[in-house]
Amino acid sequence: MIKQPIYLDYSATTPVDPRVAEKMIPYLTEKFGNPASRSHEFGWDAERAVEEAREQVAALVNADSKEIIWTSGATESNNLAIKGAAHFYKGKGKHLVTVMTEHKAVIDTMRHLESEGYEVTYLMPETNGLVDMEKFKAALRPDTLLASVMLVNNEIGVIQDIAALGEVCRAKGVLFHVDAAQATGKVTIDLAKLKVDLMSFSAHKTYGPKGIGALYVQRKPRVRLEAQMHGGGHERGLRSGTLATHQIVGMGEAFRIAREEMATENERIRYLRDRLYKGMSQIEEAHVNGDMEQRVPHNLNISFNFVEGESLIMAIRELAVSSGSACTSASLEPSYVLRALGRSDELAHSSIRFTIGRFTTEEEIDFAIDLVKAKIGRLREMSPLWDMFKEGVDLSTVQWAAH
Amino acid sequence: MGSAWQRYKTIPSLCRNVELELKRMLPTYFDHNATTPLDERVLQVMLPFFRERYGNASSRHEYGRAARKAVDDAREQVADMVGAHPSQVVFVSGGTEANNLLIKGAAARCQPSQVAVSAVEHSSVTRPAQELREQGWKVRKLAVDSAGRLEMDDVKIALRESATGLVSVMLANNETGVVQDVATVAELARSVGAMAHTDAVQALGKMPVSFAALNVHAMTISAHKVYGPKGIGALVLDKRLDIKPQITGGEHEKGLRAGTENVPAIVGFGAACALATSRLTELPLKLQQMRERMDQGLRTIGAVLFGDGAERLANTSYFAIPGIDGETLVMVLDRAGFAVASGSACSSGGTDPSPVLLAMGVERELARCAVRVSLGRDNEMSQVERFLQALQGEILGLKRLVAVAI
Repeated sequence: MIKQPIYLDYSATTPVDPRVAEKMIPYLTEKFGNPASRSHEFGWDAERAVEEAREQVAALVNADSKEIIWTSGATESNNLAIKGAAHFYKGKGKHLVTVMTEHKAVIDTMRHLESEGYEVTYLMPETNGLVDMEKFKAALRPDTLLASVMLVNNEIGVIQDIAALGEVCRAKGVLFHVDAAQATGKVTIDLAKLKVDLMSFSAHKTYGPKGIGALYVQRKPRVRLEAQMHGGGHERGLRSGTLATHQIVGMGEAFRIAREEMATENERIRYLRDRLYKGMSQIEEAHVNGDMEQRVPHNLNISFNFVEGESLIMAIRELAVSSGSACTSASLEPSYVLRALGRSDELAHSSIRFTIGRFTTEEEIDFAIDLVKAKIGRLREMSPLWDMFKEGVDLSTVQWAAH
Repeated sequence: MGSAWQRYKTIPSLCRNVELELKRMLPTYFDHNATTPLDERVLQVMLPFFRERYGNASSRHEYGRAARKAVDDAREQVADMVGAHPSQVVFVSGGTEANNLLIKGAAARCQPSQVAVSAVEHSSVTRPAQELREQGWKVRKLAVDSAGRLEMDDVKIALRESATGLVSVMLANNETGVVQDVATVAELARSVGAMAHTDAVQALGKMPVSFAALNVHAMTISAHKVYGPKGIGALVLDKRLDIKPQITGGEHEKGLRAGTENVPAIVGFGAACALATSRLTELPLKLQQMRERMDQGLRTIGAVLFGDGAERLANTSYFAIPGIDGETLVMVLDRAGFAVASGSACSSGGTDPSPVLLAMGVERELARCAVRVSLGRDNEMSQVERFLQALQGEILGLKRLVAVAI
């Protein structure tokens, strides 16, 4: 018997790996010291644990541990990176570049900067979700101070060519920020090679705890930021506030596991995703959103034509999936990411994001395929649009009468 | 240690010895104003949210809805403890973020004028206030007397001499434990149309804290000072107050604070508040008795007590042994098995004397000798007695060293 609903929403959040939880618990209970306490073993113990975790996070992305700053999550990291750099380098220019399909934490932060007088270019991606290099180059201006492009998209899972984008930025003297919240443990990240100045991370998308993230701040060449949270001067003055030791330890362990196991794990997950893809492909008028090659192995985002999105979600309640990203799915607006790919409102509305993870089984995937097939069949049986489509009516030419 | 421990456990007599030995080895924790151990019951409440009920509270499926429900329940528990409405509780990553959010967020919504903060505020209030200078704000420090109490006359002067947009005075000081008359400050602030904020991080759980009774517009609280987890706090906020979010990127916390909700920590915060409320009658009494013995013993030894005579939190003793450097004393006390602090744990590194003591008019030399003992719910009177004995011994030793050096 499969536990229901089946969790296929690993891009929204992941369960904490049991090994991670086990490592965290002592830092909640007996090793509870404040890492900033300088006068006793409780504090020193906590500080040692924090520094070990910093090494583990740095190791996954081949950075120096001194380049890792703890934050409360990727949203805060994105805010700190973008506002912090824009404020610090405001003498250098007032223009920033990003992509329409970025996470809200980047888009909203850019909007915030616009209200302060900065100018922002929001690049439209290609229909496969990827950024065109020439369009990106053309968007950079002499007064551009920062560009922000995510490594892996949260909705459609496409992987941007960060290496090439970074080269362009470095050549033009533009700071390059990358939101890698969805990428850790899924794609290899080598910050020693990449021309990336700032990179955001989150623990809870990689089997670590919620409420903890990090920002990579490159040291050579040195990137400066204006702190966004002021107080005791923790994290070398870049981010004040008592460090949540257990969460940090959890992120370190989660990233250690990701580094050691991602190669084999991704193979297994890719197999499951491809199986799911194959199953879904048998459904008529199912359209994959985003490039299928330049894509993380655990994501499948599909729009089902001639099915109403809300009815579909209700019909497949045995699956915990999302339509649009988790952070915006409380609203009934069609996903702005899918709209940016040129999808119609109808197709955007009827999209389902399946994201597979460490604890997904083949049995669950097969159950999901059968369920979706059956439910879509039933929904379409009741749909006059589907009937018209099957009769060969070109729906785009139909004149709808208001009544 | 695990396997060795298992082996010992099979031999009852040995086992008892080991237990005694372990007890002797564990230092006595007297630094509860820095952070507190997580209550075992809070841990039990949190654990399922790591492994089984791990949904993102913004997700609409069952996992998400279960997480949302847990967050809502915790919000009620937190609100209940501080006499607020659940809708007034905004979860953030901790006290520092709450103070930053309120000060910068409120200032962003009004014309620059004066921001008045007490001279003994935590750095997470004073630093954001100083940041406001860039936008044309004037920062006015409100004076305290030699016992660390806010000079109410100076508050009146400050509000008279310059148009004031925001007043922030902490409810209880992290170093001295001195409690301020925040309700009166709020009344004075309101009379000139200024917003009133209080940082109640240290007061929570050690004395009754009521958002409604204090009559402030906003109040900061944190979980890890009340036997809850680190990494979670709240800004309790009068909804009529318009503040600008400082972390953007989603409609979390009614648009005031973006970022995926830290569900296990929020749940832990709620549970910690519920437990702290149930302890609020008996715990301060127990702490008070131990603290009185502590103060009496310290006086006998010749210590100068800071904040003496002022209303203080029941758990805090802040003192100096003239001529003995505070840093040195905490080190020898650590070796003797007592975890205490010199000054505030949050001011990283620096060996500058405490700004709180300097604001109280304490001489720099004496301020450098400051040591803080902050008691908690697991402490016992016998630990206080042993501490006083150890302290006396260490002082004699250190004084002898000084004498030899001369």
